[in-house]
Amino acid sequence: MSYSERARQLLASSQAREGDTVRLKVRGKEHEGILMPHHEFSHPDVIVIKLKSGYNMGLKVDEGSELTLESRAQERTKKAKDAVNGNDLPTVSFLGTGGTIASYVDYRTGAVHPALKAEELVATVPELSEICRMRSHVVFSIFSENMTPQNWQTLASAVADELNDGAEGVIVPHGTDTLGFTSAALSFMLGDVPRSVLLVGAQRSSDRPSSDSYINLLSSARFCVNANAAEVFALMHGESSDSYVHIHRGTKVRKMHTSRRDAFQSVNCAPVARLGMQGELEILSECKPKSRTKVVPDTRMEKDVALLYFYPGMSTEIVKKVMEDHKGLIMAGTGLGHVSRDMVHVLKDVISEGKPVVMTSQCLGGRVNLNVYDTGRDLLSAGVIPGEDMLPETALIKLMWVLGRTQDMPEVEKEMLTDRRAEISRRRDL
Amino acid sequence: MTHPVTVGIEIHQQLDTCKLFCSCRSQLVEEEGSQFRRRLRPTQSEMGEIDRAALAQAERRMHFTYQAPKGVSCLVEADEEPPHDADAEAMQTVLTVSTMLKASIMDEVHFMRKIVIDGSNTSGFQRTALVAVDGTVDINGKNIGILSVCLEEDAARKVETKDREVTYRLDRLGIPLIEIATAPDMHDPEDVKEVAQRLGSILRSTRKVKRGLGTIREDINISIPGGARVEIKGAQDLGLIPTYIRNEMERQSSLIEIKRMLNERGAKPVTVAARDISDLLKSSKSKVIVSALSKGGKVFCAPLPLFAGTMRSADLRLRLGAEMAQHARSRGVAGIFHSDELPAYGITADEVQMIRKELALGDMDAFALCADQADRAKPALLAALARANQALVGVPEETRDPLPDGTSVYSRPLPGAGRMYPETDVRPIIIEPERLMTIASNLPELPEARTTRLVREYGINEQQSRQLVREGYDDIFEEVAKDKGMAAVAARTFLSTYPELQKEGADLDGLTGTTVKEAFSALLSGKFAKEALPSVLRELAKGSSVEGAVSSLGLAAIDQGEAERIVDAMIHERADFVNEKGMGSVGPLMGVAMKELRGKIDGKEAADLLKRRIEAFLKA
Repeated sequence: MSYSERARQLLASSQAREGDTVRLKVRGKEHEGILMPHHEFSHPDVIVIKLKSGYNMGLKVDEGSELTLESRAQERTKKAKDAVNGNDLPTVSFLGTGGTIASYVDYRTGAVHPALKAEELVATVPELSEICRMRSHVVFSIFSENMTPQNWQTLASAVADELNDGAEGVIVPHGTDTLGFTSAALSFMLGDVPRSVLLVGAQRSSDRPSSDSYINLLSSARFCVNANAAEVFALMHGESSDSYVHIHRGTKVRKMHTSRRDAFQSVNCAPVARLGMQGELEILSECKPKSRTKVVPDTRMEKDVALLYFYPGMSTEIVKKVMEDHKGLIMAGTGLGHVSRDMVHVLKDVISEGKPVVMTSQCLGGRVNLNVYDTGRDLLSAGVIPGEDMLPETALIKLMWVLGRTQDMPEVEKEMLTDRRAEISRRRDL
Repeated sequence: MTHPVTVGIEIHQQLDTCKLFCSCRSQLVEEEGSQFRRRLRPTQSEMGEIDRAALAQAERRMHFTYQAPKGVSCLVEADEEPPHDADAEAMQTVLTVSTMLKASIMDEVHFMRKIVIDGSNTSGFQRTALVAVDGTVDINGKNIGILSVCLEEDAARKVETKDREVTYRLDRLGIPLIEIATAPDMHDPEDVKEVAQRLGSILRSTRKVKRGLGTIREDINISIPGGARVEIKGAQDLGLIPTYIRNEMERQSSLIEIKRMLNERGAKPVTVAARDISDLLKSSKSKVIVSALSKGGKVFCAPLPLFAGTMRSADLRLRLGAEMAQHARSRGVAGIFHSDELPAYGITADEVQMIRKELALGDMDAFALCADQADRAKPALLAALARANQALVGVPEETRDPLPDGTSVYSRPLPGAGRMYPETDVRPIIIEPERLMTIASNLPELPEARTTRLVREYGINEQQSRQLVREGYDDIFEEVAKDKGMAAVAARTFLSTYPELQKEGADLDGLTGTTVKEAFSALLSGKFAKEALPSVLRELAKGSSVEGAVSSLGLAAIDQGEAERIVDAMIHERADFVNEKGMGSVGPLMGVAMKELRGKIDGKEAADLLKRRIEAFLKA
């Protein structure tokens, strides 16, 4: 809720701005403090001031209330620290996307500002400058849930430029909600990368002393510099403790918990590596070694691909409607990869219009198999492509990328069944 | 008028509701549960500054281990899930208490994050909200101001500190606390205790507060003219409050004296630098030095020009050395040695002379030394030197930990003001005027009203009633005195037996409501006599059950026939005496009889029985 007319007028007449020191008289009592931003869930008549004690106080203003400006907020001059960089250290690029993985808190107003520039990153995580020289660049600044395929394209080009410019690695601080989608998109678009591209996030915002951002950022830099690995990865806490981080393959990683630090997990494969707090590196599965080649990104994408989650009783109309203006479909089916009999018929129609349908499983763990049951066999007969052990989200990104390059159905099917970026594994240990 | 001392207190009372921001039980448990480890890091503020208290904690570079017992901690305590809405019952209780304190309540309550990085909060901050301001509480005709009433979450419980690793248990984290801060309106140590008691009775009257050791804690802010505000944080024993205040007054006045002396001598701030004198003391027999050097440690030393006699004066009044040692200890060493206390601790007069010569010290100069691992001893000695330099300025503002003997030790600098920012994960709570009106018309019984009612209903005297209410025994009193015949015994039990047991060192925490109620109901049903109640309670405090106590004390009540047999046997043993004294023997024999019968039959009954049996004996 925003301010009521009364509160707005009171604020306007006093000319007070957020951060200014004001005196607010309500029902005969005077209070002095710093004018705070209006909270979305505050009562429309409530003005919040921060008292000298540091507490916020919500006061409901009425006709008799008076607000006077005592003093303007002082402009704070930030002490710009130099990004002290040893000349012999490798250069790592930081590409900002808008996540507040590193940030400053203004304790006066409570505002949290992201640290975007290299020197700001150094100020928040000074240890970074002992590991690498830093280059930073803000590609865009949005919440990760607002990302679009276009953002992935922009980001992929920016990453490619940094790698081709000789960076020892590229670190992309990213909001965690869609980090897995972006890592999959970069994996396909960038193809073979000569050095690591690491997406890194934080589950606790960096204004908190308990934030996981500092260890995750530091570990990213260490991994870029010390690991002989050259793929697109995601890096996050390995467990609830601040003990180690896991490095996951970009196509196999998924956010599996809404809030825990170890929310990110490799699905249907082991993490690629584990990195301890002091930089102890343990490689858990083979990865591509570094090289000096150049990246040739292919960022073509067909954005009109849908991902639908099947449920018992799901209306076939949903799929029909969606497929009117989409060019491909990923189904997250039940179990081994099933949908209702009615739905099989609809999917057959979709495919017959030249729109590929790929089946994945809402079990996430395990591989789809359309040979075991009747429904599966019917789906295969209808032309549905079994998505192997791909995550539904990865299959979505992959189909976007494949359709960006070909519409030819047999070609699409072949591509979807070919492992490009370790998105499909052929075998899985018990 | 200048007062000899100015005191304000903050009282923290745990509430007996769910936890403040989740649905865990608010209960301390014995289980350790699963464990996880974290590090905290001071966050950078907009200005690139880190708070001084936060920094002092960070310097200790501690790692934290957390124990997460099931049922009493969840993902919220583990800082793995955002807080839920604030507990409605806890909020209602704090609004009730605020109303009882005549404080003005916020139109909208906003939770804040208060940065705390000693590990006691997994998040690195404590969630706290200002609920009301400007109240009052009256004692002895004095009007004491209430500055604020806050609702906040309790911190995790420290269970172990080993080397640089602190272990906390999450059972206490998140238990709702009401924090009441008084104005610095008190100038008499005894008044402070009374204010604390009075606030305690108001809180208890809501019947939503926890009882027992550790559920109510006081922070005492003390300053004397020329001194500074010092906070003694977390005192649990109300009885010791006046002692803490008197000791702090003395400490501050001695520091003022030290400042005067140093200034008169023209002492200058000492150089905060440590000199390695490990070689000089390599053949020392001092256990501390030998132990440090044998483990590869170092001995660091520093001169303190013109400080002689201030570190420890002959009359023990001036004790800057102790202050410096406390600062050193906060950096993880066992302590420091200083020249006012040497030679001692195995350091010989010769060694002292060697050090003095090495540092080229004059008679009025002092020195301090610290022996431990180099990465610990050096920062510790530097911290001690920094503390010595503060002595030139006077009394430093600081937070101190209370000790059970009524003194206190340095814990950290007073936190600065700018350590709070909004808790954006918790919605602000609008307090509607209608809600406050309902609360105001349904307030719990105030302590005075209760005092009067207890007198009226239970026939105890007013002084007893007032004392029961003030010391918080009113609830349990009413429960055990439901049978009005028990009122006198109950009052006597809580007002004299309890203090006696405490003096003997009995653990009154063992006397929880349930066990005491059991004891009274056993008494009421004649399982033992009222004379035996103190002994029974003594056993209960040791953890035994009522039946166990009765049987181990040999109290099983006996019937009239059995009692007669015991009394008769006793009379026959002393037949000559009884024949000689006649009825005059009742008095002297009463003591002997009670030795046999105490607790088994009622005292008055025993006296009647003895009289009757002596009569019968004489007649025969």
